[in-house]
Amino acid sequence: MTAIPSRPQLRRLFGDNPAVVLTLVFVGIFVLTDIVNRAQGDGAFLTPRQVSTTFLFAAVLGLMSAGQTLVMLTGGVDLSVATTSTTGAFLISRFGTHGSGAAIGIALAVGLLIGVANGIGVAVFRVNPLIMTLGVSTITLGLLTVQAQKQFTSLVPGLVVTIGSQRFLTYVPYDLLVWAPVAALIILGLRYSGIGRMIYAVGDNPVASRLAGVRVWQVLLVVYALSGLLSAAAGVLLVGFNDAADLGIGSPFLLPSVAAVVIGGTSIFGGLGGYAGTVLGALILTVLDSLLTILNASQAVRQIIYGLIVLALAAIYARATAASE
Amino acid sequence: MTSAAAGVAAAIDRRGTLRRLVRRHGWTIGVYLLLLALVLYWRGQTKLPWGPFDVQSLAIDALPFAFAACGQAVVILSGGIDLSVGSLMSLANVVSAKYMLHMSFTQALLFSLAVIAGSALAGALTGLVTVVTRVADIIVTLAMLFVWAGAALAVLQVPGGGAPLRYQNLVQFDTVLTKWLPSAIAILLVAYAVLWLTVRRTKPGLGLYAIGSSRSAAYLAGVHVSRSRILAYAYSGLFAGLGGLALTAASGIGDPNAGSIYTLNSVAAVVLGGVSLLGGVGGLIGPIGAAFVLTLVKTLMILKGVNQNYAQVFQGALIVLVVMVGGLAIRQKGKGT
Repeated sequence: MTAIPSRPQLRRLFGDNPAVVLTLVFVGIFVLTDIVNRAQGDGAFLTPRQVSTTFLFAAVLGLMSAGQTLVMLTGGVDLSVATTSTTGAFLISRFGTHGSGAAIGIALAVGLLIGVANGIGVAVFRVNPLIMTLGVSTITLGLLTVQAQKQFTSLVPGLVVTIGSQRFLTYVPYDLLVWAPVAALIILGLRYSGIGRMIYAVGDNPVASRLAGVRVWQVLLVVYALSGLLSAAAGVLLVGFNDAADLGIGSPFLLPSVAAVVIGGTSIFGGLGGYAGTVLGALILTVLDSLLTILNASQAVRQIIYGLIVLALAAIYARATAASE
Repeated sequence: MTSAAAGVAAAIDRRGTLRRLVRRHGWTIGVYLLLLALVLYWRGQTKLPWGPFDVQSLAIDALPFAFAACGQAVVILSGGIDLSVGSLMSLANVVSAKYMLHMSFTQALLFSLAVIAGSALAGALTGLVTVVTRVADIIVTLAMLFVWAGAALAVLQVPGGGAPLRYQNLVQFDTVLTKWLPSAIAILLVAYAVLWLTVRRTKPGLGLYAIGSSRSAAYLAGVHVSRSRILAYAYSGLFAGLGGLALTAASGIGDPNAGSIYTLNSVAAVVLGGVSLLGGVGGLIGPIGAAFVLTLVKTLMILKGVNQNYAQVFQGALIVLVVMVGGLAIRQKGKGT
């Protein structure tokens, strides 16, 4: 009788240690995928190669949802991440002939600029984040389409392709060299740096933060600018992986970027959560995607399942946090 | 003497009423003045003589948009946001187009009622999920966006289906009373009057405004908050169903992606139509006008030979600008902090 954990205990485990539970979920889905794959006669899925592939695939989503995490910690949301990464991807192939350094530089700079535009709207003019980022996303996509109609030689530089799609030491994807330092920086930065603490403070209670002397608008500006920069970096990895850019390259990542953050336990209302959870969220979604591919699920089924999972996890978190308060 | 005084008093009273009317509905009046100005400009720009045909074409394009704006407006003024409006419209669109293909006109009309009822139930389900799970509106509706879009893809993978010709004519050709009043606009007005005017001043209708203004105050005043929130989303679903059917009638086919543009556009029309994103303020007349304005702006840009993608840029900039100005106006009044 006592071996069965009671509901409050489960709740507490989930509320206090989401990382443990999320890791279990990740491993669980991985094992499930392995079983399904074996059952279909396609051999094992739980191999070092597939683990490596999962990390390779997850890096794009990981970077995009990194910016999303920061924004959501302040109580906002960034719906421009997908088009910003498309912009990054497009600029790489547009300026690829000028060398990889220049192309990456331009892509990241424009990403930062888009982020700053979002930040100015939200922080200075206090436009609702949802509207601001959707509006900026619309504007960016329009300008991008106009640019794409012009004649140019498109080329994805070799360096970008290497980073985005290849591995060293047989199993380590190059894109981990980008993702891992960024992840470490964000996780540690959120915990130990001044700006990191201010991000939580602003998300928890903007008015109290302002009265305590935090320049709220500066914090918001930095957060949205970083989100733009990270999304453009995700676009660089994405174009390296696909070896070509089209104007829809980033859009499938929009809901997953929010989903990864929500699954990772960051509250949409801000002030609660962190990037470690998001990383696990991105990994979980990536394996889930493999599982659905193996199951031969149609696009329709896939979308419905995605939506339902986001909903279910958000509901569980809402319960867990309500219980711990 | 007394009659003169009464006259003056009446004049003052009338001026007061007028001023109050302008102050309360200034934004909406502004939207319609803008629409009028745009129509006059449009009239001056066309090479061929401008006539009822042009009004008809505007109405065809604007009808689905106006319904989307209505649905979004009800949710926003009750303090939420519905990102699933567009994909629910797609679903209503493909379901109606798939099954109406071989129906008679009467059957199609009856089937439309079923689609509308189904959409309203789908909307109510969204509302129920927000209330029961206590998850933020934006997350729930974002998730529902994908659920409905997936369902629409499951019904029709590629654009197809159809509707009886007479059903299409309801939106595309018919006029009511004069040739200047397309039946599309008449349908919109009837839907507005039947669905909204009758409810707005009743207890449930006032509940919507109350929870948008302040949820806790509404609760303390005895408003059934959960029920009102579900009602708001049911309304959104209802209008999304009408919007999807309007798409079917206007285009003659079903397209699983037909509704997707209306998610952002409906929010834009609602904001431009004077509904506060904070909730509790505004109506449906403003957003309907704004939907016509935004449709006409696009028509005009195409007419002027502007790259359609710049039209998109312009629309995005307009939305942001309107919200910025609206936010400043609210802060001037001292409502927001």
